Amino acid sequence: MTSGFLFFLFKRIINMFIVLFSILVLTISLLGPTMDNVIKDSVKYNVIDGLSNQKVEFKDITERQRYIDKQILLQIKNLGLEEPWYSPNRFFNTLFKVMVLDLGKSNFFVSDSGSSSVKDIIIEKIPKTLLLFTTSTIVIALMGVYLGVFLASRADSKLDRINSIFAIFSNSIPVWWFGMIMIFIFAFSLNIFPARSTPSTPPNDPFYFFDLLYHMTLPLITMVILGFGSVAFIVRHIVSGILEEDFIKAKFAMGIPKKKILYSHALKNAAPPIITMIGLSLAGSFGGAFTVEVVFDWPGMGKLYFDAIGLMDVPIIIGLTYVSTLIFLVTVFFIDIIYGYFDPRVKLNE
Amino acid sequence: MSNKQADNNNNNSGSNADNIEFPTSKKNLILNNNTSDKSIHNINNNLTFISEFIRRKSGIAGVIILLILVSMTIYAFFGIPFASFKEWNNPNYWIDNPRLASPIWSDFFGYLGRDTPEHLILSSSVENNDANRGANKVTISTTNENGINVVTHSYHINYNSDIPPNDFMITYSLHKEKIPPAIEIELIRPNNNKFDIYFDSITPSISGSNQSITLGRIFSTDSLIHQKLLDYLKFYNYKQETSKPEVMLFSNHENRSIMKGNYTFNVKFYLFNNEDEILNSKLILGGEKFGLMGTDELRRDLTVGLVWGAPVALFIGLSVSTISIVIGMIYGIIAGYKGKRTDESLMRINDIFYSLPTLPLLIIMSLFLGRSIFLIVLFLIFFGWMGTAKISRSLALQIKNFQYVEAAKLIGQSDIKIIFKHIIPQLLPLTFASIAISVPGAILAEASLSFIGLGDPSIPTWGQILHEAHTAAAASRGLWWWLIPPGMLIALTGLAFVLIGNTIDSLLNPKMKRM
Repeated sequence: MTSGFLFFLFKRIINMFIVLFSILVLTISLLGPTMDNVIKDSVKYNVIDGLSNQKVEFKDITERQRYIDKQILLQIKNLGLEEPWYSPNRFFNTLFKVMVLDLGKSNFFVSDSGSSSVKDIIIEKIPKTLLLFTTSTIVIALMGVYLGVFLASRADSKLDRINSIFAIFSNSIPVWWFGMIMIFIFAFSLNIFPARSTPSTPPNDPFYFFDLLYHMTLPLITMVILGFGSVAFIVRHIVSGILEEDFIKAKFAMGIPKKKILYSHALKNAAPPIITMIGLSLAGSFGGAFTVEVVFDWPGMGKLYFDAIGLMDVPIIIGLTYVSTLIFLVTVFFIDIIYGYFDPRVKLNE
Repeated sequence: MSNKQADNNNNNSGSNADNIEFPTSKKNLILNNNTSDKSIHNINNNLTFISEFIRRKSGIAGVIILLILVSMTIYAFFGIPFASFKEWNNPNYWIDNPRLASPIWSDFFGYLGRDTPEHLILSSSVENNDANRGANKVTISTTNENGINVVTHSYHINYNSDIPPNDFMITYSLHKEKIPPAIEIELIRPNNNKFDIYFDSITPSISGSNQSITLGRIFSTDSLIHQKLLDYLKFYNYKQETSKPEVMLFSNHENRSIMKGNYTFNVKFYLFNNEDEILNSKLILGGEKFGLMGTDELRRDLTVGLVWGAPVALFIGLSVSTISIVIGMIYGIIAGYKGKRTDESLMRINDIFYSLPTLPLLIIMSLFLGRSIFLIVLFLIFFGWMGTAKISRSLALQIKNFQYVEAAKLIGQSDIKIIFKHIIPQLLPLTFASIAISVPGAILAEASLSFIGLGDPSIPTWGQILHEAHTAAAASRGLWWWLIPPGMLIALTGLAFVLIGNTIDSLLNPKMKRM
């Protein structure tokens, strides 16, 4: 660890926090007014609801209305809602609340355990999104690297050209559309996989996990088919560059088996740029993973996002924006660190 | 810090070159250092550039797809009524069409096609009908019977299907005075039997917006038709049901089969006032096959939607990529040319923009700022300029050390003049390539946004059509004609621009020999 690397690390961390903070500020200022209305509505509802339970008697309707208005005002004051959302006090309060995911209750959704708190609902969805996303990432990376190295050893062969075309094609196909086609083929026509990826067994069932895996197959295949081509394309270009290097040629001359040179020596040298490029292109496909969830009804964050947008459930939308931003930033941060660690220019402070 | 190459997966220009490309020979090494000199060469030789372009198969393929899209755009503006664009979300406009009809050619595809009759709309007015197709035609005649004007709209249909239509319907719009006109429908079957199937006076309509204009619809399920048909049951040797007039009217007398041949529906309007006028009438034979591309759940003609999608996609793709790349280029040049503090702070801002998660922010912005197509274009520009900024910055760093730039500086030319006269022209060819390469990203982003339900709802886009297909669960219901074409068009449009961009790029940048 040199000072150059530490400085780089420091810059990245600062950058990450600036981005996170500015996104939160943007989100809150866009959603602030709507969120206020949502809270006020729920206060009103609670007061009226409470009244019918208390069985308080009133002389006439106007007195009842006056009592209700008074209660609402009181509660709004208690919650600190009489100030506008952009007053510094409330703004930072909201900011803090978002950061600890204390976003109150969702109006439309409940978690599997029956809780309607936004925090519980979102936390329950995170592992499912990560499961689908990381599995597909790993499969794509393995297939892409293996195929890429293989193609690099046969540069300009027919297979290489086919893969270039395939990579271009798979980059211009929307992954969610491809998912719909896969549902049409495998669920409707061939009836092999279910069309909806939400498992039918209850979550506390011992076989729930296996059911989940079965339901995951089709979205996984979809993402892998559209993903591995471009990874292979990237890897092929990086590795074929390294194969031109003198030290690799020397190794060929020494008679070291081709396979060993390819997968051990060349790949080792190509690792840093490969990791960065794959990592970044996958971070970029994070949004795509959300739409895949929507297509397949996979019970993750993307599906929740979609449903929350449909019903305009503001607390859920804010919470999801925060969590997905956080996941994205942490991923990008780690990729940056790996890159910085391997890149000698960073260590020398450019 | 050129640590963001992911965005340049395919576009290989500039920043990631130092990682991927290892110069293989001395010649390449020279080219490597003088990328921009190469550009000058190319800009001065437009003709050689074009002739080289023509030799690249992939570039030609891209141009051909682009030409198809352009002709779709031209057809959208001049070949189909503009009302279809404006009324896309108005169910009344599409009411004569069938629901979820497959394309007329779907029989070719075995089990995918359903063996159902084609949907027929015959209209007495000239535009927009199937009347002149095949043996079908409409004739209008006026006679005077005992002082009453009788207008007859005769629909001649050649019915050749093995299955009866799903239903039939007669619609009319007329201009009437005090005494309501009467309407009579008779059907002449291929064997010259004449069936009187309907007679009634026209009651004031509910749906008529204008009082003097009456709109009406007579469905095959009308109870009057049902009653009238009771008289004709005796013609049939077997049991027919008057509750299914569409079956009864198109059946043989001897056995349960369809009587093929020429049918004539005579729709007679008895007008009791001289000022009365029949504006239009239509005969609709319900089927489950319609048009070149079928229809969706709201009876909209998908051909129209798909064709209108082309200009919208081209508009989004080209405007987003052009504007964001010009912004990125100028931003990067300023950073690279000014250097020092300016460079450092501009690049820091660039880094921040780079690490914004696009989708969540797009969702938030379109939810709370609006969903019009122009706003979406703005949002996409907002997220689209950073890559170019980085590349053009590194090129500007090189160019500013060229002797002629330094000479221009020495004779006291202003910075702005140097940037516009000496630096930007160098970058232009590369800019064209990156514009083309970044078009698919913009089209895909808009389509994804539409797909999750945040697109401009007022206009037909391919993403919007797919969104509706998804909400109607088209995939698991097997409605392939609703699913496949829009996605194919998105993919092909993206492909066209990538191919063109890569071809330009590889011509300018000989390091990348072939895609």
